[in-house]
Amino acid sequence: MAVLWKRKDLLDLESLSTQEIEMILETTGSFKEISQRPIKKVPTLRGQTVVLFFFEPSTRTRTSFELAAKRMSADIVNIQTSSSSLTKGETLKDTARNIEAMKVNMIIMRHSSSGAPHLLARSVSPSIINAGDGSHEHPTQGLLDIFTIKEHKKKIEGLNVSIIGDIAHSRVARSNIWGLTKLGANVTVCGPATLMPPEIEKLGVKVTYDIKEAIEGADVINMLRIQLERQGQSLFPSIRDYSMSFGLDADKMKIAKKDVLIMHPGPINRGVEITPEIADGPYSVILEQVTNGIAVRMAVLYLVSGVKERGE
Amino acid sequence: MKLREKAKVLDADQIEKAIVRIAHEVLENNRDVDKIAIVGIRTRGAILALRLAKKMEAIAKKDIPFGVLDITLYRDDLTTVAEQPVVHKTEIDFDIHDKIIVLVDDVLYTGRTIRCALDALIDFGRPRSIQLAVLVDRGHRELPIRADYAGKNIPTSQKETVQVKVAESDGADEVVIAEREE
Repeated sequence: MAVLWKRKDLLDLESLSTQEIEMILETTGSFKEISQRPIKKVPTLRGQTVVLFFFEPSTRTRTSFELAAKRMSADIVNIQTSSSSLTKGETLKDTARNIEAMKVNMIIMRHSSSGAPHLLARSVSPSIINAGDGSHEHPTQGLLDIFTIKEHKKKIEGLNVSIIGDIAHSRVARSNIWGLTKLGANVTVCGPATLMPPEIEKLGVKVTYDIKEAIEGADVINMLRIQLERQGQSLFPSIRDYSMSFGLDADKMKIAKKDVLIMHPGPINRGVEITPEIADGPYSVILEQVTNGIAVRMAVLYLVSGVKERGE
Repeated sequence: MKLREKAKVLDADQIEKAIVRIAHEVLENNRDVDKIAIVGIRTRGAILALRLAKKMEAIAKKDIPFGVLDITLYRDDLTTVAEQPVVHKTEIDFDIHDKIIVLVDDVLYTGRTIRCALDALIDFGRPRSIQLAVLVDRGHRELPIRADYAGKNIPTSQKETVQVKVAESDGADEVVIAEREE
């Protein structure tokens, strides 16, 4: 019997136990089928209100959360920063308190500052789900990546997973590292030294600056996008130079395992970190990741919606 | 909560005979065998449903579509239970449109599980009809629902519980009535 879920919020994977991660993955498997039905709706969250509070642009994650909530019959309100009172000088906490006063059940939040959802979880009562906070974590992306890997490889323990690209600015990398290492995978991170956070090996990962080392022997390669919007200054000579050294192309793939999985959290910069022939090639599970994202988010909404009080 | 076993109401042989009888009754009531499909409610209803489907296939000498329904997401008490129940997979990989669905569960009690199952089924399409088969009908309905096929009617008090055990998950086939110990 699985452990009981007791968390009102999903803020990161760092604080989750192995059993909690496994429980989300198992629940995800049950939810996946709903999106394949002719009538893609179950009444589970009927009467519950979900606020999507996005302070950064997002298509995939916002749409995915919105569909997940709608397929479970929740009511949804979208708040975008450009049209919210935050532009009039209201603080984040005040905005959240006002939303809380309107009796909503869950707030799904994306923010450019690391820890913003944690701050809200401490100050308001609705469930808070982190949809990406700065360069800290993006827990549902980490979970959907792990779920996709597990669907193909049947296990996580002992797999060699390489995460390649802009590690320093990537919340996806951090959530993947926490989740994968807890489940027993061997994680390697690879990228230019300027995009490698100091002391990253303390998270239990291997570091390499040579993409060949990251490709060889890997069961899974997760390519990350270069986050130009988060880089204050130029951290590598040119896009072309980056692409030559760290972009995944057919030539570099020659040393890869025959059954390697190629993943990418999107949005893809075609021709920069990955060539179209690889992104659309036979090893690629990039669109499966998107499909699984909805199931993962449904599972998370279901689990947190059952917890009435925030335990300490 | 400790339970004390009071009486064994069905043994393995009687369960087997009940399923065979229901198989014949379903086929007798529905001449259009090609339209029949069996759907079991997790967990024990699904196990019994698979047995029923096998028996019917043997009698009618035809393949009968079989599916499994998990009703957790349709429960009407999700806002009142302390913790979210574990959700399992629903596996209905045939088109239920225009099918005669025989819904199978182990025990019919308040009728609430069946209400959930009806809602869940109808989300898959529009069957021609839905019929209900249960191994045990123990009474105490809270909704206007009845069984079309019942293995055995067992009058019970609400203090008692009816436990259907099946070899696949409990080691042996039997139905017992148990009572909460004070």
